[in-house]
Amino acid sequence: MQRIGVFVCWCGTNIAGTVDVKRVADALRNEPGVVFSAEYQYMCSQAGQDMIKNAIREHNLTGFVVCSCSPRMHEATFRKTAEAAGLNPYMVEIANIREQCSWVHKDMEIGTEKAIVLGRTAIAKVNLNAPLTPGESPVTKRALVIGGGIAGIQTALDIADAGFPVDIVETKPTIGGKMAQIDKTFPTLDCAACILTPKMVDAAQNDKIRILSYSEVTDVRGFVGNFSVTIKRKARYVNEEICTGCGLCTEKCPQKKVPNEFNLGMDTRRAIYIPFAQAIPKVATIDADYCTMLKTGKCGVCAKVCTAGAIDYTQKDLIMEEKYGAIVAATGFNPISMEPFDEFAYSQSKDVITSLELERLMNAAGPTSGQFVRPSDGKHPHKIVFVQCVGSRCAGASKGKEYCSKICCMYTAKHAMLIRDKYPDTEVYVFYIDVRTPGKNFDEFYRRAVEEYGVHYIKGMVGKVTPTGDTLRVQASDLLANKQILIDADLVVLAAAIEPDKSARPLATMLTASMDTNDFFTEAHPKLRPVESPTAGVFLSGACQGPKDIPETVSQASAAAAKVIGLLVKDKLVCNACVASSDEAMCNGCSTCERVCPYGAITYADKEFRMPDRTTRIRRVAQVNQAVCQGCGACTVACPSGAMDLRGFSNKQIMAEVDAVCK
Amino acid sequence: MQTVTRDMLVSRAKALLADGTVDRVLGWKAGEFTYDVTPGVFTDADAMEKEFVYGDFCGANFSKYLLTEARKTEKKVLVFLKPCDTYSFNQLLTEHRFDREKVYAIGIPCDGMLDIHKIRTLSAEGVTGIDTDGESVTVHTLYDGDKTVARADALAERCVNCKSKKHVAYDELLGEDGEIIDSARFDEVAAIEKMTPDERFAFWQDALSRCIRCNACRDVCPACTCEKCVFDNPNSGVENKSPANSFEEQMFHIIRAFHVAGRCTDCGECSRVCPQHIPLHLLNRKFIKDIDEFYGEYQAGEKVGSRAPLVDFMTGDLEPSEAVKRGETNA
Amino acid sequence: MQVTEYKPKIVAFCCNWCSYAGADLAGNNRLNYPDNIKIIRVPCSCRVNPMFILRAFQRGADGVILCGCHPGDCHYTSGNYYTRRRMALLFSMLSYLGIEKERTRVEWVSAAEGAKFAATMNEFSAQVAALGENKRLEDLRCKP
Repeated sequence: MQRIGVFVCWCGTNIAGTVDVKRVADALRNEPGVVFSAEYQYMCSQAGQDMIKNAIREHNLTGFVVCSCSPRMHEATFRKTAEAAGLNPYMVEIANIREQCSWVHKDMEIGTEKAIVLGRTAIAKVNLNAPLTPGESPVTKRALVIGGGIAGIQTALDIADAGFPVDIVETKPTIGGKMAQIDKTFPTLDCAACILTPKMVDAAQNDKIRILSYSEVTDVRGFVGNFSVTIKRKARYVNEEICTGCGLCTEKCPQKKVPNEFNLGMDTRRAIYIPFAQAIPKVATIDADYCTMLKTGKCGVCAKVCTAGAIDYTQKDLIMEEKYGAIVAATGFNPISMEPFDEFAYSQSKDVITSLELERLMNAAGPTSGQFVRPSDGKHPHKIVFVQCVGSRCAGASKGKEYCSKICCMYTAKHAMLIRDKYPDTEVYVFYIDVRTPGKNFDEFYRRAVEEYGVHYIKGMVGKVTPTGDTLRVQASDLLANKQILIDADLVVLAAAIEPDKSARPLATMLTASMDTNDFFTEAHPKLRPVESPTAGVFLSGACQGPKDIPETVSQASAAAAKVIGLLVKDKLVCNACVASSDEAMCNGCSTCERVCPYGAITYADKEFRMPDRTTRIRRVAQVNQAVCQGCGACTVACPSGAMDLRGFSNKQIMAEVDAVCK
Repeated sequence: MQTVTRDMLVSRAKALLADGTVDRVLGWKAGEFTYDVTPGVFTDADAMEKEFVYGDFCGANFSKYLLTEARKTEKKVLVFLKPCDTYSFNQLLTEHRFDREKVYAIGIPCDGMLDIHKIRTLSAEGVTGIDTDGESVTVHTLYDGDKTVARADALAERCVNCKSKKHVAYDELLGEDGEIIDSARFDEVAAIEKMTPDERFAFWQDALSRCIRCNACRDVCPACTCEKCVFDNPNSGVENKSPANSFEEQMFHIIRAFHVAGRCTDCGECSRVCPQHIPLHLLNRKFIKDIDEFYGEYQAGEKVGSRAPLVDFMTGDLEPSEAVKRGETNA
Repeated sequence: MQVTEYKPKIVAFCCNWCSYAGADLAGNNRLNYPDNIKIIRVPCSCRVNPMFILRAFQRGADGVILCGCHPGDCHYTSGNYYTRRRMALLFSMLSYLGIEKERTRVEWVSAAEGAKFAATMNEFSAQVAALGENKRLEDLRCKP
């Protein structure tokens, strides 16, 4: 039987003005379990708290109710009071007789009666309270960053700066991501490589950072602070430790016809290759799909020319398992396929290109060595049409994405400006639905493209592009002039929508992290927790969470790093005490609870049970990971047998409250 | 008359017992009368020869029995499943309630089972024997001699409104598999929806007040497989074992229906076993109908591992206020 | 002459993060709503078991309202989505059994919507009052 104390607060006149606190204290004194009842002007004051502490000692209280302001205000205060007096902090309940009583009602009689019911309800609950102790779990002080683009690099650098080891897992042979393919960045027009590659070098040289390139995550187990991750290191048939990155093999390899993915297939590379000059790690990789030696056993040129002896045709995929305290998803984005948009003749003409292809065409290290020429005939284009929102903002359409890809308006302004700057003899047309330029110095940038560089911005969409002889006939509408336009363009550039990388969906499944319908990772709270996944210990960096430009990506990357550091500095995680727990004797092992848990906190184990007839039986039962459970209670209602209950808000406690309210 | 005969089942079961595939068989044993066939477990060929029966009253859904029988077997347990039983079978697998490896399932076609309550209502009390032949059922009665009723009229409600003749799970099939049927099983629910609230209340008050809380519906239900039922659990807050007043009956049946919502395959066992002939399937079907209408068609047990509608959501789901309006007005 | 006004007994389940805070805000702004509505705090609307609602009716409540974060804003990301499905089905079932649908309600109230909280409670209370006492679901033994 509990020994409950009741403390009614006046809160000056805030409560006492409409509630007869004395009457409340007197009425509650006779409730079951109550052994002490008093009122005081300010319960939260030092004197008020001392009064509670004294009563706990004098009357041997096992729990108490404070009738005061909202628990959102002082629940924590009174829990500390309890703890200071040697009582379990979860033996405290608050009856909210200020915000939900005295401030709502004007009539003393009504206020007092309601306060008594609220007090009685809290007492009914405390009678069923049990001491709770939050669990603790250790933290592995190492982070994993999945994805080695600018987001992943920045996150890793920041985490490493704080002194924690961090691994970057990148599927490509090099880190750098999309930014490495970009020529110039908006709104400053500085060269992307010039600001990215030093960061890549920093990452490579940082002794806290380990770069696992040409690798992928294949399995994730565990929970916040204690993840166990399986990583597959794909065979690159080159010993990473020995290869000096001299590149001789990449010049001598006789297989020259491999489409170069770094230049988006606009030129070719060898079967053994280094993606680009500043690649990190700067080691060669053999493309097993094209290598003659690996396919037929005949060739071996690269091995012969390699003075370091780094070539190893017998290399196998390596599986490694590592422990991490935190995981950051930084899987990035890709432009969508242009296949469903054949009205723009992307598949019919080499001179219809995407914006990312244009980046490579304009880049000094690109397929044309920076000569801005048409892919079809190498001639300098004089009339260029940019089509915005290709596949973006396609609400309700069967193809494309509903969302705005966010970066296209700005990079198109950049492209238009760069072209007009370098080749003033070109005419540049941009067809747009809206021009969206929110961002520091963004609108100014766009205005410059229009006003200083004379780019023709036309509000309207391109309906059709038809290759006609040497040119591309662009049929479009000018919505402001309300007329149809025909332009014979030399080059058409499509601002393709961006979508999350395909690896994100299976990764989200492994991480039990939630995703939206577009396969972008969902943040824990759209406003207040934008870089955390709802799954504890999983953080989000860059475009895997939504379309982002570079400055935004970097800020999010650093924010994610800050969150990771905040987690890794802790030696132990103190868990939420009010978590779900399953009564194994009643659990059916049906997996219903697991399916509703937004945090992946529930797992199953086969356990041996001794049955009443003295036989043993192995049953599948649910187990809640206290470190991961956030205490929402979704599982408790999903559970058909009622085996799952929530500590601090148990079925019995809530029922008792219902009964007290309805009395 | 059933397409598959007793002998077909017995000979197949005996063969499987003989070759060691299975060491126990879930089947039907004769009761005191033709119509009170009872489920039984057979472990040898002799017993099967003596006691195994099969016919128009073998409606029992065996899938739930696998929970206990699959644990007892050293090899596998043989179970005969009618099409509707296979849905429960899958649903139980989805919920990890038994080990699939321990079961050998033979799918058998079903021509619909008869309802003794209907037969009694149509013919007379004091039924001593029933012979079925093609489309007619001959009923031998104690006081009124022999009576004949049409087989179609004697079919159990769940068979009249059969939703599927197609097996969704089996190791082997005896006879031909059928098709999923576009049944009229929601008509009765729709009729109740069209009543006024007072009429609905009166209808259910009349039905549920007959409840004697015998728990037969719960005990037979393949979705009610909890280790401990909330109604037996003193900690659940709803424990109670008798219908102390009208509310308790409603509470029991609402909670029971809610607990199986999204998991109920509409096998109809609850209504079959109810000694008070309460149309319990109309509660479950209301949930199924609502789920289909609110969230898209969903048949529990159609696929192993499917995500039940109540443990799933869409961001644009119907609001409860809208749901209630629709549930009342739709026809 | 003053006749005692009939006051329905109403239980309001409020999620800790949005609706309970919304109710606090109503108090902060001194917005009035009927005293016959009593709030029970739950971590999330998805903690509310249909059994709690039936229990409230059994014990003589005349109306039950459940408040949670707006869909998409759930503190636990998806709790209120489950609530929405559960309550859509439960309320539809209660109505099917002939229980007046006006006795039950789900309302999404954010922490910023103190005014909405008060308005909702006033409106719901009036709606239940119009129906009169709950006679169909209560347990008569629980009557004093």
